[in-house]
Order: sequence, then structure tokens, then C-alpha cells
Amino acid sequence: MLAWAPLVPALPLAAYVLHLIFGRRAGERTALFGIVALALSTLLSLAILVQVAHGAAIDRSVPWLRIGGLQVRMGFAVGPLEAVMLAMVSFISCFIEVYSMGYMHGDRRYNRFFSNVTLFVAAMLTAVIANNLLLFFAAWEVMGLCSYLLIGHWFEDPANCRAATKAFMVTRIGDVGLLLGIWWAFSLTHTFSFAALPGALGAMHLPAATLDAIALLIFLGAVGKSAQVPLQIWLPDAMAGPTPISALIHAATMVAAGVFLVARTYGIFLLAPAALHWVGIVGGISAFIPATIACVQTDIKKVLAYSTISQLGYMMLAMGVGAFEAGIFHLLTHAFFKALLFLAAGSVIHAAGTQNMHEMGGLWRKLRTTGATFVVGTLALAAIPPFSGFWSKDAILRAAWASPDRALYWLGTIAAGLTAYYMTRAVVLTFFGRPRDAHVQEHAHESPAVMLVPLVVLSVPAALLGWVVDRPLRQLLTPHAPAAAAAGVYGFLPLLLSLAGVAVGLALYLGPLARREALLRSPLVRPVYGLCKRLWFFDDLGAVVMYAVGLGPSYVIGAFDRYVVDGVVNGIGWLAMAFGRLWRKLSTGNVQAYMLTMVVALAIGLVALQAMGG
Amino acid sequence: MIAAQGIPLVAFLAVAAVLFCIGLFAALRRANAIMVLMGIELMLNAVNINLVAFSRYSAPADAARGQAFALFVLAVAAAEAAVGLALVIIVSRRRNTIEVDKIDTLRG
Repeated sequence: MLAWAPLVPALPLAAYVLHLIFGRRAGERTALFGIVALALSTLLSLAILVQVAHGAAIDRSVPWLRIGGLQVRMGFAVGPLEAVMLAMVSFISCFIEVYSMGYMHGDRRYNRFFSNVTLFVAAMLTAVIANNLLLFFAAWEVMGLCSYLLIGHWFEDPANCRAATKAFMVTRIGDVGLLLGIWWAFSLTHTFSFAALPGALGAMHLPAATLDAIALLIFLGAVGKSAQVPLQIWLPDAMAGPTPISALIHAATMVAAGVFLVARTYGIFLLAPAALHWVGIVGGISAFIPATIACVQTDIKKVLAYSTISQLGYMMLAMGVGAFEAGIFHLLTHAFFKALLFLAAGSVIHAAGTQNMHEMGGLWRKLRTTGATFVVGTLALAAIPPFSGFWSKDAILRAAWASPDRALYWLGTIAAGLTAYYMTRAVVLTFFGRPRDAHVQEHAHESPAVMLVPLVVLSVPAALLGWVVDRPLRQLLTPHAPAAAAAGVYGFLPLLLSLAGVAVGLALYLGPLARREALLRSPLVRPVYGLCKRLWFFDDLGAVVMYAVGLGPSYVIGAFDRYVVDGVVNGIGWLAMAFGRLWRKLSTGNVQAYMLTMVVALAIGLVALQAMGG
Repeated sequence: MIAAQGIPLVAFLAVAAVLFCIGLFAALRRANAIMVLMGIELMLNAVNINLVAFSRYSAPADAARGQAFALFVLAVAAAEAAVGLALVIIVSRRRNTIEVDKIDTLRG
């Protein structure tokens, strides 16, 4: 069965081709191509997961390129990490596509949407089973392209195009780092293989600085793709895409790929402890800052977007403190509950016709199913036991407490409290309280079954997954790891803060509006509120950097191109034309003149020949 | 060098040269296209005289290679005249003139 693993990405890829060929004629039935393929992929990857759980593994490759004495091999590998990822990605994407059938119903570019989603998933699955960095990078780039296309799906609005370009450009910064890291590692070891690289690098006795640099360059790719500080600025803007895309990008594929990359090359990071520490620091900061920003957002999707950055920060934090399995555990639980939250938010937006939470309120009466599933997702994200997020976040923070850098523990713990607060705020603003907009309230209606079924299905793992797979997953990923050290009272602190966050959220937002506004005016809160509202100046910083590093030099280069390069090219063209104008005077069109020229030339030639010969 | 009936080779060449120059003048200077064609015919015939004369004076008499060549030129000249005249007719129909210095569509 394991040898069939390449079929998992191949099926959606085949479906993509079918989309291209028959998509237009199939109308809205075109969605079935992708859904059937992904359903088969899901079944196959579940079968693979069962086998891997029983100890099977595979790593196969064939010679692909030969450059001089150098052989590059191409192939796939499935071990515990990959099997878990395959199952998660294909399962979630399948339900996202089912949901999209309802959400995108009647869309102008229905087929284009589904074909891009299917290609996106195929690329993600390819990245997961690739056994070398080269194939991984190719799939990684296809994902970048698909995210660009999907974020800009409604390209009639220039804002969406800008968001798509921003996502593409910002992640590109990371991609350049990743590419440099890959080539550096390859030039040293002559291999792209995930399995062979750490050993080969370790055996070379390289200076620590080189190993750190390689690891950090690879990490830069992950920072871009997983939207970590300071490259997180693209992700909130990426909300311009259709909501199922937000679920796909922010749960199952794109952002997970960055964390997966770190996990897959973890052997390299273990050789470079300083780089690994930086992974943790970036993760900790990315967990904390976006959590504060999420507290002041009014757009329901933006709240979820910032929470995604924050949760990805937790995963990186886990990687950084050595708790590799905890990071993957959180990746897994987060994928389910964040997909659920986004799809539920999509259902709310579908119903309310707005994304502004201040215009919602009191939707619980209209949207019972959506509301219930959103609350399940919220409890999971807020890490309230026994919901799934609690288990994985708890594992991460325990590991952080046991690590030398306890600042990471504090960042994560405070962010946990903030997470609970802003999610409670979102739930209360959206579903409870008095309806704030009569029109929205009137317009609201529960979504069709095709959208509700995925919500209900996903809410089961979002609620229970943590409790069920906590132990087996740890067994599978790190069979010989010692049990995490007891953290005493500090082990319970994140939970306490989460509960406190929920309590504060309820107290503030169920109460009268005036109290909140009085709080905002207090001198202690106001500057903090302004800072968060301004996104901690990261977007402004991005703009400055963009102008200084990107646009400034490009103006200089542009001027050089316009005046020097174009000048030379146009000058040559102008010379040729002037020469031509001169020559055309000779071309009178009079045949007899030509003939005369010929005869005279012939006569001169003959005379010259005679003179030379004689 | 053998003299045929006492006429030296140079006399034939002189006639041919004069004929060629007349033909060349007609081809280069006359405005009428038919005159141009006739000039070309003159030049061809001047060549023919040269061919026959050289053949008669230099080669053994039984090898009439120059004469054969001259006949060949005559045949080609006939074909050329046919095509040339046909072109002249078409040009006169299309443009209402056969004066070659007025036909200058290819002027740059």
C-alpha cells in the first residue's frame, strides 16, 4: 500500500487536468472532479496512516538528472510525519471543496476556482511526500502561484489584486532565502535528500556559523510561507480571497507547509542550536504580537487571520524549544479547528452579507448550526479542555517551560490568555447580544446543507482530536522521547489565563457598550489600543522597506534602462533608418537607370581586370 | 590565322561591336518599351556574330560549336521577345503607357 503513496497527490493532479479539459462543459458539476479525487486520496492516505502506525515506512527514488559526476535523485518518502500530514491535508481539503460547492454556487469563475483549489492541494500533497528539497521546492512554488490566483479570485476589485500581489511578493522574500539555503546545502553535500542531508552536513565538521546560516535561510522560507513576524503582513490581506480559500490556506496547506518544512529538515536545525533558538524566538514573538492585534479587529475574518499567525507562532515556538512532536500536534489540531472556524465564519458571512462584527450580533437565533460549530472551534482555539487545542497548546507550553529560554513560555502563556479573550469577543459580537443592524438580521438565513455538513463533520475532530491522538501521536513521531518534565503550577497557568480571557471577554462584551468605550478612553488602554489598531506598525515598516529596498533601486535601474539601454537600442535603430533614408534615394524605380549603372559598373570592372592582369 | 574570303576577323568583331553599342543605346535611352526590347535583340545578335566568327576562325571547320550556340541564342531570344511583348501589352493595358521612365512603382 505504501508504494501507492504517490497516488495521493496524483489523483487531485489528474482531477486538475480534468477540470482544465471538461470544466467549462461540466457547469457546476465540475466540482465533483476534485471532490471525488480528494475523497479517494483521503481513503488512501488513511490506509497509509494505518500501515505507518504499525511501523511501516518507505523511501524510494530514481535517478533523475546526471550533471558530470553528479547524480540527482527524485522520489517520495512516507514516514510517520508525512503519513499524518497526508491524512490531515486530504481530509480537510476534501471537506473544504464540498463546502465550496455551496459557498461558490453561482460564481462567475466556478470552474477556475475548483481547478486552482485542486492544484493547490495536489501541490501540498506533493510537498509532503517529496523525499528531497528540490521536488519540495517545486511543489512549494506551485502553492505560491495557486495562492496568488485564489486570493485574487475576484480580481474585478483592485484591492483583491493588491492583496494577491502582496501575498506573492512577501512570501517570495522567504522563497529566495529557502532557495539559497537549498543550494548552499547542496553545494556542500551534493544531495537534496531530506534523509541524507543532516547526516552529510553533520559529517563535514562545518563551522557553526555555516550551519546556522543554512538553517536560518531554510527557516526564512518557512517564515514567509507560515506568515511569521516580520513577514506576517501578507496573511491578513489574503482574506480578500473567497472564505473557503482562507480555510484552505490558513489551515491545511500553505501556512502548514512552512511548519512542515522546519519539521522535515529538523535534523539540520538540530545541528545548528543557535538557529533553532531563533526559530523559537520568532515563534514566540509571532504568537504574541498578532494575538494582541486580533483583539482590536472588527472584521471576523481578520480576527481569524491574526489568530492563525499566532497559532503558527506556537508551532514554531515548539520547534524552537525542541518539542518537535508538540509542534506537529498543534499543527494537526489547529488545521481542524481553524478550517472549521473559517468555514463557519464563511457561513456567517454568507448569511449576514457583511464581515464586520459590529454589524452582526444576535445571529444565534438565526444560525443555530453555524453558531454551535463556531463555538466548538472557538473553545478549541481558546484551549479550553477537553477541546483539541488545549492538549496541543499545553504540550507546547510545558516544553517551553522545560527549555532554557523561559521568556518563550511567558510569551506563549500570555498569548493563550489573549487568544481566549479575542475569540470570546468574536463569538459574543457575532452571535449574542442585541442585533445591531436590522437589515443584516433580516437578511440572515442558515446556509444550505452542503455547507453545514462539512462544518458538523469538522467540528468532531476539532472537539475530540486532541484528547484522542495526544498519546498515539507522540508514540508515532518520537517513540523514544522521555516524558515531559512536570511544570508544577506553571503547567496550569496557561489554562487559568485562558479561562480568565474568556471571562474578561464575556464581561466586557455582554455588558453595555458605554462601559467598553469608557475603558478605551482611559489613558492606560488608549496607547496600547492605538498600537494594536496600527498593527504594531508592521505594515508601515513593510512599506518603508519596500520603498527603500525595492522601489528606490528599481527607480534607478528603471532610469538606466530607459535612458541608457533604450537609448543605445533606439540609437542603433535611428542610425539604421537614417542610412536607409539615404539609400532609398538611389532606388528611383527607373529600370533604365539600373541598367545603366550595371553597364557602367561592368565596364569599370572589366577595365580594372585588364589593368590588373596586364 | 586563316582569312575567309580575305575578310579579317577584326572586321566581324567591329561590326558586332557597333551593333552591340546601338542595341545598348536603344535599351538604355529609348523611352518606348518596344524599342528597349528591340535594343536587347540587337545586342543578342551582336553576340551571335561574335560567336559565329570566333567559331569560324579559331576551331576546326567541322566543329560548328559556335554556330550551334548562336542557334540556341536565337531560340532563347524568340522566347524572350514573346514574353517581353506580352509584358508590354499587359503594362500598356494597366497603366495606359509603355514609356519605361514613367513605370517607376518601385521608386524608394
